[in-house]
Amino acid sequence: MTVFIIRRLMQAILVVLVMSFLVFAGVFVVGDPTQILVADDADQAERARVIADLGLDRPFHEQYLKFLGGALSGNLGESFRFNEPALGLILERLPATLELAVVALAIAVLFGIPLGTWAGLRPDSIVSKTIMTGSILGFSLPTFWVGIMMILLFAVVLGWLPSTGRSDEITTVLGFPTTLLSADGWSHILLPAVNLALFKLSLVTRLARAGAREVVHQDYIKFARAKGLSESRVILVHVMKNILIPVVTVLGLEFGGLVAFSVVTETVFAWPGIGKLLIESIGFLDRPVIVAYLMIIVLIFVFLNLMVDIAYSFLDPRVRLQDMKS
Amino acid sequence: MTMLHRLGAVAIAFGALTTPVLAEDITIGIAAEPSSMDPYFHNLGPNNSMIGHTFERLIEFDSNQQLMPGLATEWKPVSDTVWELKLRKGTKFHDGSDFTADDVLFSFERADQYTGGNSSFRTYTKGKTVTKVDDHTIRISTAAPYPLMPNDLTTVMIMSSDAKGTGEAAKNKGIEAKDFNDGTAAIGTGPYTFVEWKKGESIVFAKNEAYNGNLHQPFDKVTFKFIPAAPARVAALIAGDVDMIDNVPTVDIARLKKDSKLNLSQGVSNRVIYLHMDQFRDQSPFVTTVDGQPLDKNPLKDAKVRKALSLLINRKAIVDRVMEGVAIPAGQLLPDGFFGRSPNLTADPYDPKGAKSLLAEAGWGKGFGLTVHGPNDRYINDAKILEAVGQMFTANGIPTKVETMTKNVFFSRASKGGPDNTPEFSLILVGWGSGTGEASSPLKSLLATHDPKKGWGASNRGRHSSPEMDALLAEALSTVDDKRRGELLAEATDIGIGGDQGIIPLHYQVNTWATRKGLAYNARTDERTVAYDVIVEK
Amino acid sequence: MTAIQDDRSGAVAVSADAGVETPFRRFLSDYRESPVAVVGAVTVGVIALIALLGPWIAPTDPYDLATVSILDSRLEPGEAMMSGTTAWLGTDGLGRDMLSAMIYGLRISLGVGIGSGLIAMLIGCSLGLVAAYYGGRADTLIMRVVDIQLSFPAILVALILLAVLGKGIDKIIVSLVVVQWAYYARTIRGSALVERRKEYVEAAASLALGDRRVLFRHLLPNCMAPIIVVVTVQTAHAISLEATLSFLGLGLPQTEPSLGLLISNGFEYIMSGSYWISTFPGIALLVTIVSINLVGDRLRDVLNPRLQK
Repeated sequence: MTVFIIRRLMQAILVVLVMSFLVFAGVFVVGDPTQILVADDADQAERARVIADLGLDRPFHEQYLKFLGGALSGNLGESFRFNEPALGLILERLPATLELAVVALAIAVLFGIPLGTWAGLRPDSIVSKTIMTGSILGFSLPTFWVGIMMILLFAVVLGWLPSTGRSDEITTVLGFPTTLLSADGWSHILLPAVNLALFKLSLVTRLARAGAREVVHQDYIKFARAKGLSESRVILVHVMKNILIPVVTVLGLEFGGLVAFSVVTETVFAWPGIGKLLIESIGFLDRPVIVAYLMIIVLIFVFLNLMVDIAYSFLDPRVRLQDMKS
Repeated sequence: MTMLHRLGAVAIAFGALTTPVLAEDITIGIAAEPSSMDPYFHNLGPNNSMIGHTFERLIEFDSNQQLMPGLATEWKPVSDTVWELKLRKGTKFHDGSDFTADDVLFSFERADQYTGGNSSFRTYTKGKTVTKVDDHTIRISTAAPYPLMPNDLTTVMIMSSDAKGTGEAAKNKGIEAKDFNDGTAAIGTGPYTFVEWKKGESIVFAKNEAYNGNLHQPFDKVTFKFIPAAPARVAALIAGDVDMIDNVPTVDIARLKKDSKLNLSQGVSNRVIYLHMDQFRDQSPFVTTVDGQPLDKNPLKDAKVRKALSLLINRKAIVDRVMEGVAIPAGQLLPDGFFGRSPNLTADPYDPKGAKSLLAEAGWGKGFGLTVHGPNDRYINDAKILEAVGQMFTANGIPTKVETMTKNVFFSRASKGGPDNTPEFSLILVGWGSGTGEASSPLKSLLATHDPKKGWGASNRGRHSSPEMDALLAEALSTVDDKRRGELLAEATDIGIGGDQGIIPLHYQVNTWATRKGLAYNARTDERTVAYDVIVEK
Repeated sequence: MTAIQDDRSGAVAVSADAGVETPFRRFLSDYRESPVAVVGAVTVGVIALIALLGPWIAPTDPYDLATVSILDSRLEPGEAMMSGTTAWLGTDGLGRDMLSAMIYGLRISLGVGIGSGLIAMLIGCSLGLVAAYYGGRADTLIMRVVDIQLSFPAILVALILLAVLGKGIDKIIVSLVVVQWAYYARTIRGSALVERRKEYVEAAASLALGDRRVLFRHLLPNCMAPIIVVVTVQTAHAISLEATLSFLGLGLPQTEPSLGLLISNGFEYIMSGSYWISTFPGIALLVTIVSINLVGDRLRDVLNPRLQK
């Protein structure tokens, strides 16, 4: 177990290192951030001074080594744009993204499992076929397009929900600032969360259906039915239990996907999370923030993968962590 | 959809009432977020608008960029090189301390020696020595006569010399940008006090009850929400989430005009959209023959060719079709009403025949091929304007390809993407807003000979050069007499644009703000969106 | 998995003798059981045809600056342009005929989707086969990279790559190849491992046929079924991803607008009443992706022996 975790962490460090280098080098080549940061009417001397202040006049390897040195002591550099620590900027906005991702995940699970189970248990009924065709639609709809349509319909035409942004009513629960304790918070999060959830909803539906279809034919289900257990009990206890294992493990991974995909939703709904920050930072070539975002995301993923692997080994004793090395 | 309607629906949907919005509060949806609350960190439009609520300048610009008293109530030159300013008495900072000449000295020092910023205000502080005469009088001296003194003083904001920060004492007076961003050092004299800044989301200001200056205070609480996507901003206004938005996209103006619940406020800005042409290379990389073969000569070096290109542009069509009528065809650097304009220059007419005879005269009767470049996310409809220009060139014997790209890539390449850090492109679309509100700033940056030592031609990406124009500009910059200076600047413009066609002006941007009924906005030529220029209609 | 094990022989059989039940015929009849999937397949065919014949069937060339006029901008569907051509789906803000722009955009969308898919398939399949056939170090190394990459969502990888590479059709293809190859590698390695233990491979190997020959002549054709499923799903995914990236301003340059970029361009008109500029490309994109996914979904069911009764 320990060996496994250490191996995973080493791997994570390698990934972080390679990615940080690629991004660092890439942004270095793409453009000069001072061209858009510096005021139009600044003269050449002023431009040169800003470039020197940001350390952009140094050779590439020097800049990168300096960054690595800082990173080792937990300093990922200061944002070119805000002149504040890049890490702080990301951590400041992380709660908004996590909140959005959690609600989206909840929507995907709460609707996806019943729909998928239904479709799996009665694969030939019209409802099931509709559900499955619907799930293909969910896979296919481009998130950004749906988001725009949702704003148009629910905010502009019907006027039921706010068009963009996050609620101001933030309460801190266990150190985690959230807007979910107020009605206003929910009214703001509903559209973006549904938008973000659509893709995963289809995924969960399909996983649950596949799970249900496989278990239904297993002997123990037939046995349970033969025992005369009520259909609802068979489904709720026996079928559900077996659907949940793959769903839970996959969702652990998919949560990371939600955090990453929130880039699109946050851009459409002006949701003040890390995804929007990333897109803005790319626009400004704010290299420290881009690199810091990447490192945080990689860490989140490594952590989630680790958790899923460990959870999996508990849920399904047939799987031994040693087997997962390759 | 009204605010009430929406709130009602939300209340029904969620069984709870959200806080009712008071009439004295305003929420403004803006396109661009500032990068700092530190007044000297970054000389950038959104920063200057936002921070200007909390900090005042010695001299303010009104909505037409005309000078008006700020923290200085009077200013006058006492000699060729010394200006004297009287400071506003009885003024208190937001922490209750008195505003005196010491704060001005402190502010100018911090602004001038600022390190770590993204373009400081040194452009406006350098070469100026500020001395205290008494608590409410200061003098500013320069080595040579400096007529632009009052204009320069509209830029640097004044902070409290008592402000404390968390940085090292040697750097920026020990106050870091983040000390302003979290509010500890955001202590000014302005009409609004800084409440909080939620990055990526909003900035909140509250009315400064002790304010004694000229700026208006129409609201008790002002919330700026950052909504970069234009349709989302418009949707937020229509849905009643915000009371006002800036940067209304031109395509939506027609529809918003029809909406009886909304008001539109429009005004011309100090920004001219223009084309810069390669005038320094004998062979220009993006100029080809008509068939796209390399060309051994650079036609753009010939003023006649540049003039012909200008005549090929149907500015009216661009204004009507691309800009939805919301722009003004341009013939020089600044629109009507600004200082230093030439009385002789108007927008070139659309004259393909004239253009063809000019091209023939210059020996380019058979035309040539072009690839033109521009940003797609910097100016209003930038990519579309360039595309339209491409259509017009192509239709008149100059087959043109159009390439647009994001601003972060475009400006790097346009300024120094070529060999030896020279400008890469042959013909580009860019814009220029005159921060000082007069013609010397664009002349110096766009048309004066590129000279890093002098600090001239910093944005002269076509490298136009005319010693005659340079001399006139130099003379103007040291002429204190307003009338004479205005004439000199106009003459310089006549040479740079009228004679040389150093750039091709297309149009002046017109900016649009939209508000809910009951509000209006004093459209500002400097494009700033500020609460103190919002008008509450009774 | 054996249903279309040998596609070529099936096709030959059809022409030779229409009455015999071949694997390919069985596949066809299985596929036809789902009417929705048949509609999907027909739609895919039509869309492919439109894209192929694009320049010949489009009413105008929307990117020829000599014919496009700004004076035609934002015409409503059905209005006539200055050249006399009717703009059946309206024009965009620059006076380009939407129908023509969509046909050209479809070409780019499909081109990017299929092109990147094919390159990714080549790279992924080669590496996957190598991993499965040689095992050992090569396998560990390749699959480790695959695992790491698949643990990150495609959009994130593509986003970062484009932020680093900049805009351009070549760059977006590179990014899409990078995010896709691992799926192919993993899929083909899985089925190749199963196939490798089968007798025909051992026989081929014992005949001392070259590695390359065994790999590509014997292993590869027998792993085609899952690859076909992955191809359809990945192509749909790539098209959708390209649209999303273009929407975020990171994909294609304005001069080469795909369907996604057309939607994105139309986004700015969404509040102004010129609904057609983003709605029609949106519908076209949706229909394209849905029909490819319908086909992919059906293929998965038909080709998956576990679900066959």
